[in-house]
Amino acid sequence: MLDKLKEIEKAALESLAVVSDQSALDAWRVANVGRSSPLMQVFAGLGKLSKEEKPVVGAAANQVKIVLEAALEEKSQAVKNAMLAKSLAEEKLDVTLPGREVNIGRLHPSTQQLRRVLSILAEMGFQVYTSREVESDEMNFQMLNFAPHHPAREMQDSFYIDVDPSAGSGSREDNPILMRTHTSPGQIRAMREASANNPQNPPPIRIALPGMCYRYEQITARSEIQFNQVEGLAVGEGITFADLKGTLTDFARRMFGHDARVRFRASYFPFTEPSAEVDVECFVCGGKGCQVCKNSGWLEILGSGMVHPNVLQNGGYDPKRYTGFAFGMGTERQLMLRNKITDIRYFWGNDVRFLDQF
Amino acid sequence: MKLPISWLKDFIDLDDWTVEDIARKLTLAGLEVDEILYAGLDMPTYKEGEKHEFKTNGIAWNKEKIVVAEIREVKAHPNADKLTLLDLFDGLQEQVVLTGAPNIFHLKGTGRLEKPIKVAYAKEGAVIYDGHADGLVLTTLKRAKIRGVDSYSMVCSEKELGITDESDGIIILDDDAPVGMPLADYIGDAVLDISILPNMARNANVIGIARELAALTGHKLKQPRIEFETSGRSVEDLVSIEITNSELNPRFVVGLIRNIQIKPSPYQVQRRLKLAGIRAINNIVDATNYAMIELGEPLHAFDYDVLKERAGEKKIKIITRTAKEGEKLMTLDGVERKLTSMNVLVCDEKGSLSLAGVMGGSESEVYDASREVLDAKGIEIKSGEIQQGKITARGNSTVNVLLEGAAWNFINIRRTAKQHNLPSEASFRFSRGVHPALAETGVRRGLQYMAAWANGTIAPGLVDEYPLKPKDSVVGVTSKDVKRLLGIDLTLEQIAGLLSRLEFKCEITNNQLQVTAPPHRMDIDEGVVGLADVLEEVARSFGFENIPTTTMADALPPQIGNPIYEWEERLRDLLVAIGLQEVVTYRMTSPEREARISANENHVRIANPIAPERSVLRRSLLTSVLEVAEKNAKAESIAMFEVGSVFEPVKNDLPNEPRKLAIVLTGARIGSAWDVKNPPAFDFFDMKGRVGLLLAGLRFADIVYAEAGGTSHLHPGKSAEVKVNGEVVGVFGELHPLAKEKFEFGDSPVIVAEFDLEKLRTLKPSFGIKPVSEFPPMYEDIAVIVDESVAASAIEALIRQTGGKTVTNVRLFDVYRDEKIGTGKKSLAYSLTYQAEKTLTDAEAAAIRNKIVKRLENTVGAKLRG
Repeated sequence: MLDKLKEIEKAALESLAVVSDQSALDAWRVANVGRSSPLMQVFAGLGKLSKEEKPVVGAAANQVKIVLEAALEEKSQAVKNAMLAKSLAEEKLDVTLPGREVNIGRLHPSTQQLRRVLSILAEMGFQVYTSREVESDEMNFQMLNFAPHHPAREMQDSFYIDVDPSAGSGSREDNPILMRTHTSPGQIRAMREASANNPQNPPPIRIALPGMCYRYEQITARSEIQFNQVEGLAVGEGITFADLKGTLTDFARRMFGHDARVRFRASYFPFTEPSAEVDVECFVCGGKGCQVCKNSGWLEILGSGMVHPNVLQNGGYDPKRYTGFAFGMGTERQLMLRNKITDIRYFWGNDVRFLDQF
Repeated sequence: MKLPISWLKDFIDLDDWTVEDIARKLTLAGLEVDEILYAGLDMPTYKEGEKHEFKTNGIAWNKEKIVVAEIREVKAHPNADKLTLLDLFDGLQEQVVLTGAPNIFHLKGTGRLEKPIKVAYAKEGAVIYDGHADGLVLTTLKRAKIRGVDSYSMVCSEKELGITDESDGIIILDDDAPVGMPLADYIGDAVLDISILPNMARNANVIGIARELAALTGHKLKQPRIEFETSGRSVEDLVSIEITNSELNPRFVVGLIRNIQIKPSPYQVQRRLKLAGIRAINNIVDATNYAMIELGEPLHAFDYDVLKERAGEKKIKIITRTAKEGEKLMTLDGVERKLTSMNVLVCDEKGSLSLAGVMGGSESEVYDASREVLDAKGIEIKSGEIQQGKITARGNSTVNVLLEGAAWNFINIRRTAKQHNLPSEASFRFSRGVHPALAETGVRRGLQYMAAWANGTIAPGLVDEYPLKPKDSVVGVTSKDVKRLLGIDLTLEQIAGLLSRLEFKCEITNNQLQVTAPPHRMDIDEGVVGLADVLEEVARSFGFENIPTTTMADALPPQIGNPIYEWEERLRDLLVAIGLQEVVTYRMTSPEREARISANENHVRIANPIAPERSVLRRSLLTSVLEVAEKNAKAESIAMFEVGSVFEPVKNDLPNEPRKLAIVLTGARIGSAWDVKNPPAFDFFDMKGRVGLLLAGLRFADIVYAEAGGTSHLHPGKSAEVKVNGEVVGVFGELHPLAKEKFEFGDSPVIVAEFDLEKLRTLKPSFGIKPVSEFPPMYEDIAVIVDESVAASAIEALIRQTGGKTVTNVRLFDVYRDEKIGTGKKSLAYSLTYQAEKTLTDAEAAAIRNKIVKRLENTVGAKLRG
């Protein structure tokens, strides 16, 4: 009987060795450890054995069962691994096929740039102030110290609005209506709003003025009739040109990188005095000279200056007591420099092939 | 302004400064150097990776290879008629040089020259510009045989040396040019091209720049020495002046020089003028231009004898007055100009002579009989160089010159120059303001140069009519003022030191500096503005780069924020989050463009539009976005929006600028791909879904959609209006086929939406949320068959009403029509979510469901679909 068990074990292990898939494994299981397998027949026949034989054969049969089940378990794992390896090999993708995209929305690049600028200014305490786009000559020019026929007006050719002669308000020759040429009329509006409540002690001001401005130009690769500007205005007691330098140096570093070198160059704007252009070291070439900076190593990014006494006065702030500074920048110009955009018409052209890149 | 460095150095010692140092100083002080053009001096070389500072062009002259030489004889070329061979001495040895220069051709075969001709000589290996190439092309002189004669060097034209683009003849240097000297040491130069800001007009001259540099460097300004001898009858005996309007003509000065010989100016003068961008004409005209570039006072030279003849027996009387409307004057460019009463004329008793401050008249201009056609004096002639109707009929050249220096009203000159389209060096300066004090200095300097270059004799005295002297501005400055505005600590002495370099008169009294503006400046006011004017000069002279950087120490302003702006930014974020691309479009359009979808006729009109299609400000934001969508119509999928103003005219006031939102969807709902073919197109419900998400994102809860009535550009059956909190805030839907026809779109429907943000913004949002239950929800589907006429929204409302709080969500998941369920019927299938603050049993759910079904049966005749 013990010999028979040995044979069963041997035959079973031999047949298991050639099993290589799940169905053969299942068949082997039925044939070798199933209810009617020879091994189970041995267990079934135990009752017929003598008292002495019974424990010996039983123990030996059990031993064979343990061996076969362990072998089965081992084989089963091997078959599973082989099958997984096979299916993994079959499921291999062409990873170079295009991914499945989602149609996402985007902000216009000008809005994105406005937000970059305004969020830096916000952290520096400049709150957003917005004002109208169609203005009077008085607000756009006269209050900002541009006298009629002043040469500086030539720097800002304007779009004028037809005034209906039947309106009966008489001629507006001295104060025509125009498309604002800069966001600066907002400086006057903001100062007047703030000073109206407390004319004796108007509160300090720290605002950012974003928005669309208009200049009479032809539309070409280099000139546009409308552009976004952001201006900043700080008015208070004890604000100095040194503060202007400190604030704008900080701003430029936040905007263009912490190692950005800046320089302040004397300039002229009717509504500030002294006035300064702020140049930042060309971030395209690192100052070595390139097409973008026209080989100068510097990019003009901001106009600035101490608020002119006449402008403070027009805003309801006594220039003997208050000082302030203002600065302004063009957002599309910044984008053109940073993204090497050579045609300004891209911005309002809104070709999705352009917009998709931001 | 183009400024040759050599000229600058006449007035300030800057030997220890490089050209770049000078350019940097000027740039930082507000005189921005746009470009440095080298014409002979050593150019900076930049190593790999080294930083550039200025746009640089031009050429350096090698000191060994380009020298002053003299031509001793001009001989014929054995094999070429148009070429000559020069016997030339370069300081070391005699050379034979081949040339085709026309301006020495007449000396061919005249033998040994009595007076050698000094020239610029380039030896073998010299690098110069190719005189015959188009544009500027560098070339190295190499040995060659030209028509059988060895050629290894050349005498140079101005183009070859980078002075002008003139390549027709060789440069003929002044007689005292030292033979053998490196040309770079003799006339090597560099030209700074400086932008002159409107407030810097006083510096549009050599002295002005030198004065600025003196202030910036502490070097001393060398004032020009204006001294000369005079003889003969005094000009005061011969000429009188009458100014009729001193506001327009505060000062008029004339001087007289006799017996001049008109000829070319010395080469050094010509070269400097050319580098400064002014054509050299003759010694008299050049003297007026040279003095103007040097001092900033435009001068005008009259032929004295023409004036004398016009005056007849009488004393010459110069009268300045405004023109009569329609009066005519032939200006020296040969154009007859029709004048208006705004233009100011310089006249004599017989009539007009010149357009004051802008351009001379042709009759009395300085005349050179040796030349067939006279050039205008430095005037930029815009169209064509051939001048019309030049007067050349005077027999003799000018011998006596009456020289005018005057002061004019800058606004008047600006308008006149603009009106007649006559930008000139003179009108450039006069239209920005020239101090009357310069009139006298200018005339004296001009006379001095004429005497030196044309051998004339200056008549004693000047006729000087000066009815309106400008007030000298006086400003009081303290150290506290400087600290308050600039943030730097300076003593009164330090402030005075900085200002006096700019020729301000400074006097310290009682801890205050009394500052008087110098007599060449009109830009310094008095009072609080004058203080700012003076402090600006303190800051510039001190150097912006030397002012420290500090942070603001003043009180923070009240926090107001900008709720409108913040709300709109959130709106933009939501629009982007629902997959829309933002566009920003032009505000200027035309009524015709908007008429495609909008019936608005009342627009804000532009008085000076750049084109008819940009003649008004938009009233329809949707048109703007549709135009962008149309332009992008080739794109597979378009989903875009704009947030912006439209403009509504207001009688007697500035227009209203209400804010709007417009959305356009068209094309594929999802992008096609290798595994997605023919994706479905956007339709009404894509827009409705997005509108719902947008309004939910803005925290609006009470949103009702209803059929839109009376929106002509929308499809009547596929459009809806949106009410939030009971107010209509927008409409959306498919573009009406007739409206769509007016655009070039593809086959897909175009879905549009338009919202009134002014209204939407004012509506009350609801910030509460629904609690999220811990108990498991139960889901169940109900499908009912109803008549077509029953609105889906009515069924949903009934389900919600009947289900009460327990039914937390009702989602329509299928709409089905089939003959089997009957014609005129539809099946609507809803997925319901039951949720309570406990675990619901099946029986409880079934009870609610039965209630709902009963209600639907009774109210809308619904039949449960089995």
